[in-house]
Amino acid sequence: MLKKFRLKLKSIFAYLVLILFSLPIFLTFSWLIITTFSTRTEGLKSLGWTLNNWSFLWKSPFGPNFPSIWLVTLNTFLLAAIMTVIVVFVSSMSAYALSRMKFAGRRGFLSLTLILHAFPSVTLLIPIYFILRWITKIPIIGHGIPFIGGFGFNTIGGVALVMVAFQLPFGVWIMKGFFDNISWDMERSALIDGASRFQVWWKILMPNIKPGIAALSIFAFISAWNAYIIPFTFTVGRAGKTTVLSVYIQNFMSESVMTEWNMVAAVGLFQLIPVLIFFFFTQEALLNIYGGGAKGGA
Amino acid sequence: MRNNFQLERETNSLSSFSNTKSFFSKLKSWLLPYAFLSPTLIVVTLFFFIPLVIVFILSFTNLDMTNFGILKWWQPANWTLDNYIKIFTNRFFPKILNNTLMYVSATLILFNVGMALVIALITTNINRRIGFASRLIWLACRLTPVVVYIMMWKALAGPSPMGVINKHILGPLGIGEGEYLLHICPWIFIVLVNGFIGASFGMIIFSSAIEAIPKDYMIASKVDGASTWQTIRYITIPMIRWPLLFVTTYQTLSLLTSFEQILLLTNGGPGLYETEVWSLTAYHRAFSSYFGNTQWGYGSAWAVILVIIGIIMAIVYLRVFRFNELIQEPKIEQL
Repeated sequence: MLKKFRLKLKSIFAYLVLILFSLPIFLTFSWLIITTFSTRTEGLKSLGWTLNNWSFLWKSPFGPNFPSIWLVTLNTFLLAAIMTVIVVFVSSMSAYALSRMKFAGRRGFLSLTLILHAFPSVTLLIPIYFILRWITKIPIIGHGIPFIGGFGFNTIGGVALVMVAFQLPFGVWIMKGFFDNISWDMERSALIDGASRFQVWWKILMPNIKPGIAALSIFAFISAWNAYIIPFTFTVGRAGKTTVLSVYIQNFMSESVMTEWNMVAAVGLFQLIPVLIFFFFTQEALLNIYGGGAKGGA
Repeated sequence: MRNNFQLERETNSLSSFSNTKSFFSKLKSWLLPYAFLSPTLIVVTLFFFIPLVIVFILSFTNLDMTNFGILKWWQPANWTLDNYIKIFTNRFFPKILNNTLMYVSATLILFNVGMALVIALITTNINRRIGFASRLIWLACRLTPVVVYIMMWKALAGPSPMGVINKHILGPLGIGEGEYLLHICPWIFIVLVNGFIGASFGMIIFSSAIEAIPKDYMIASKVDGASTWQTIRYITIPMIRWPLLFVTTYQTLSLLTSFEQILLLTNGGPGLYETEVWSLTAYHRAFSSYFGNTQWGYGSAWAVILVIIGIIMAIVYLRVFRFNELIQEPKIEQL
């Protein structure tokens, strides 16, 4: 009896510790949600409920100098989509070669992938700035592509390309793991039937690693959607044509007075929505990918 | 390669072109892997190798906004060690070094390893579903856009009556006068903000490692009458020492080079260089112009030291954690 009581006490203690440590997380998110729907707040107490903070959806909230939220959202979405597509394609091509082919330098290439995965690429921002400046000088590729603007400095494509470079080592490594786990009998019979290696990769293996593609896509999309430092460093004009959501919000925060705070929070929640959707529908996958060696951040 | 060749001969013999095994198809099959790798190689060369060379060269020059386009920085004649002398004789060098060490060690010990271990131990020992949900909540911090995340923490630290901590915790307890907490104790918040993101990485790795420990060990220790603390101390911790070492080293490097959160939270302030860390200094020197001048050369010199640490640590992982052994031979070639 006493033993059972002690056991129960122990588990209550464990829950208490867990709740206490997680308290700041609850506080931050509750503040965000309460503030978004309030005229003003004191701590977590709302001084009146309103939906006015969401008016940024149909009119540019911070004066005519700022672009519409939808343009900014489109930019952010383009950045995330381009980056995701390139990362998935390029890393699965390389991963296929590393998993299935024998060639000179294979070992070296694999070690390189791992070294780059561990290497803090954010320390190379200064020289990458110069590389992007050089790419800008190339006609068309640099700054003449519609929508994404090109792949140079101050373009969505350029920012996407830098983010691709930062994600690739992780992508190649994850995808190689998925390819390694597929039985090679199917592939072999296709090769005997006369398919080329490229056909085998595209028509047989890619459909078989859909879970891997999904996992990497989610990871890449979220990290591009949330990115701040790379878009901030490699675009100019804080409210210009190439602004993404993170930069847009940060710009208000440094400029806005306290009364606009609620609207800034609303824009923040707006940026958080797609992430939350992923969060609720792909929990298992998320815990797995981030355990697989998330890069960057603290 | 030879086997692959055989396979192709086999496949060709199935088709009507039995004798066309030429030099070109041989060359083609030799080049094919590199064709698959070429996109990665191009991107990696453009954004890792060339930058790696440039950052070293730049660190020996005094390239900045005023002499950009004039200074021929690629010529060895313009290279000096001045930037490095400037770093080590900087009046604020001891302050920045001290800040960096404090930031990395405090966040690492308290959160990225300490808190991660505590959360992993608790969530693996309670109801499975609740444990899973708690881990997800911790992951939420990492998944939140960093700008929004920092905004929420700024609101937490805000002055009374707006600030959540001042209003609901410090106010009722009668501590402080409701000032903006980021100005009073910026370091506490920097460690908290980074720690709540960083803890999730270790937490995920530790909890899957703890779940992988065979249940027999736990049962045996219980039979022997070990207390919970003894079980953790003498069974769990020794069994997960490898993941522990991995997370510790990996996170040390991550923290050493991460500055995004500090840039957004305090931007090195509130006092002069009060929360400026090494990587933030490199960024500030090169991109944000305090005196209307962005010093790319000087900033690169700060960055190069981190780059060297990064390369050394990356190679150490490769050796210590025997990643080489993960490299298995490709199967498809063994037909």
